[in-house]
Amino acid sequence: MAFSLDAEREQELSRILARYPNKQAACIPMLHLCQSANGNWLSDEVIGFVAERLDLSTAHVKGVVTFYSLLNDKPTGQHQLWVCRTLSCALRGSGDILSHCEKRLKIHAGETTADGNVTLQTAECLAACAGAPMLQVDQTYHENLTLEAVDAILDRLTQRG
Amino acid sequence: MLKQTDYISKNYDKPDSFKLALYEASGGYRAARKALAMPREAVVEEVKKAHIRGRGGAGFDCGTKWSFMPKESKKPHYLVVNADEGEPGTIKDRTIMERNPHLLIEGCIIGCHAIGANVCYIYVRHELHLAKERLWGAIAEAKAKGYLGERPLGKAFPIEIYVHTGAGAYICGEETALLNSLEGKRGEPRLKPPFPAQAGAFGCPTSVNNVETVAAVTLALELGGDAFSRLSALHEFNDGGVRLYGVSGHVKRPGVYEAAVGLTLRELIYDLGGGILGDRPMLGVIPGGSSCPILLPDELVHVPGDARFAPYEGKSVLDLPMGVDTMRNVGTMLGTCCAIVLSDEADPVLACRNLMAFYKHESCGQCTPCREGCGWLDGILDKIVAGKASLEELDLISEVASNVSGNTICAFGDGMAGPMLAFVRKFRGAFEDYILNGGQHQTRRLAL
Ligand SMILES: Cc1cc2nc3c(=O)[nH]c(=O)nc-3n(C[C@H](O)[C@H](O)[C@H](O)COP(=O)(O)O)c2cc1C
Ligand code: SF4
Ligand code: FES
Repeated sequence: MAFSLDAEREQELSRILARYPNKQAACIPMLHLCQSANGNWLSDEVIGFVAERLDLSTAHVKGVVTFYSLLNDKPTGQHQLWVCRTLSCALRGSGDILSHCEKRLKIHAGETTADGNVTLQTAECLAACAGAPMLQVDQTYHENLTLEAVDAILDRLTQRG
Repeated sequence: MLKQTDYISKNYDKPDSFKLALYEASGGYRAARKALAMPREAVVEEVKKAHIRGRGGAGFDCGTKWSFMPKESKKPHYLVVNADEGEPGTIKDRTIMERNPHLLIEGCIIGCHAIGANVCYIYVRHELHLAKERLWGAIAEAKAKGYLGERPLGKAFPIEIYVHTGAGAYICGEETALLNSLEGKRGEPRLKPPFPAQAGAFGCPTSVNNVETVAAVTLALELGGDAFSRLSALHEFNDGGVRLYGVSGHVKRPGVYEAAVGLTLRELIYDLGGGILGDRPMLGVIPGGSSCPILLPDELVHVPGDARFAPYEGKSVLDLPMGVDTMRNVGTMLGTCCAIVLSDEADPVLACRNLMAFYKHESCGQCTPCREGCGWLDGILDKIVAGKASLEELDLISEVASNVSGNTICAFGDGMAGPMLAFVRKFRGAFEDYILNGGQHQTRRLAL
């Protein structure tokens, strides 16, 4: 079935379009919207859909997608786990946090668990350095981490499947 | 110690700090009322008197920037608030958006009036979901009260504020990259000129201002520009008011603190930050985000010929009041005023490599010296840490970094090269130790 947005997301798209003097400016917000409607990634079909709705070339939309690290042009896990690796977190032990996640999930950073549940990635500074070391799961920040706290987060993630 | 202040943060710890009711109970939206009753030019004059130096990193005076906006033009004007907060170490704008969003929204209303903009976009980095939610919430509350919309606070000058989001790219914090991103393009910086005040968002006159800068405008209008400026210890440097200070890394109490402009690094690290973990000596401090060259505690202030520096001459750089112009005179920058502190047990070579990996990842790749330079430097640092580099390659770091400075479209290049040069110059012994001893004798680590 061809990609389309449900009624609620169509409404959201209209609200987005109303904010800008041209359609192109809706590109990134619309890509976020479509990505969330499409299992967290942007297939060629979705990119074509966005291009058509915004009167843009697919090359333009593809160029945008490849520029930004939070727009995925490949399938990805159901949950996203980002461990901040930048200096303030590194000074407070983010290296150990990352190795612990890798060991527990049995994958390296950049990979997805075999069941497709979790994608593990490193992040650059997430503006939470006072809570270092920190990580982000989907939309939620977890700060001042200990290995025990990471275990609890991973338990919840792997159980809810 | 300079006294801590609470103009921005007084309600930070209250559970309802983000709601309109609490904001108005402590005087909220008085400043916007006052400003909207004044002529546009008078608001800009008041902001000039406040000497609000841009809180996004470059330290440009806000009122002066606003005075560059055309007085009359056929095109619409835009206010764009930079809430991309991605400079490593920087943690302050997020606190305003999450815990006092109305202070920013009120500043946006004042700013729109001052520069003749009917529309303001707040460009928030995508990861800051709570910040976005709080901002949309504050906008809805303000709108419901008639502070925004067709007749904001009764004035026949429509103002709308929208939250716009990025999609994960540090370079989108650079103001022209941000404008491209806002327009739905790849976030690549633009050549200047034209400057945003001439042709910014959608080719129209635009002012791009940092979150904290715009929040400070509210305070300046509330207190009066001159009174706001005089809260600062650096009023005579035209660096006015109060601001947020961040401190992270090897300190006991990392966090965001509000105080007058002109706090010293020693006060930030030892009084507010609680001192170094384990009461160790300090190795160094990166004063205001990763693009500022590191300072060592034994560096001394030496600025002959400027009487304003006389009280600090010969003192440790840690005892110099932090300001845009003071920090520039000791070989670094104030940047975002969020310090990253390293204890003497930290390994400066690993710290340097950590930051270089960040810059390599984030260079947009438009300029050859920046793109190639980042790759080279990252590669050399990896070799050094692996104990496989030569002394010539150490010198190559300085050569490559010097070649980036001044040869790029945007300030990313300098923000990467400056800190690299400082690390190699100030910690040469540690780099040589890796090279000559294969890293075998390193006892220092990155994390403690
Ligand atoms: C690579 C790079 C990243 C930047 N990131 C930010 C940022 O995240 N937030 C910000 O306010 N300014 C950032 N800036 C500074 C902006 O270009 C611009 O100077 C600032 O938004 C202007 O606002 P201000 O005058 O209020 O500081 C960055 C600059 C560069 C070169
Ligand atoms: S200096 Fe670097 S980040 Fe800036 S435009 Fe050039 S390549 Fe891009
Ligand atoms: S370095 Fe990890 S949040 Fe800033």
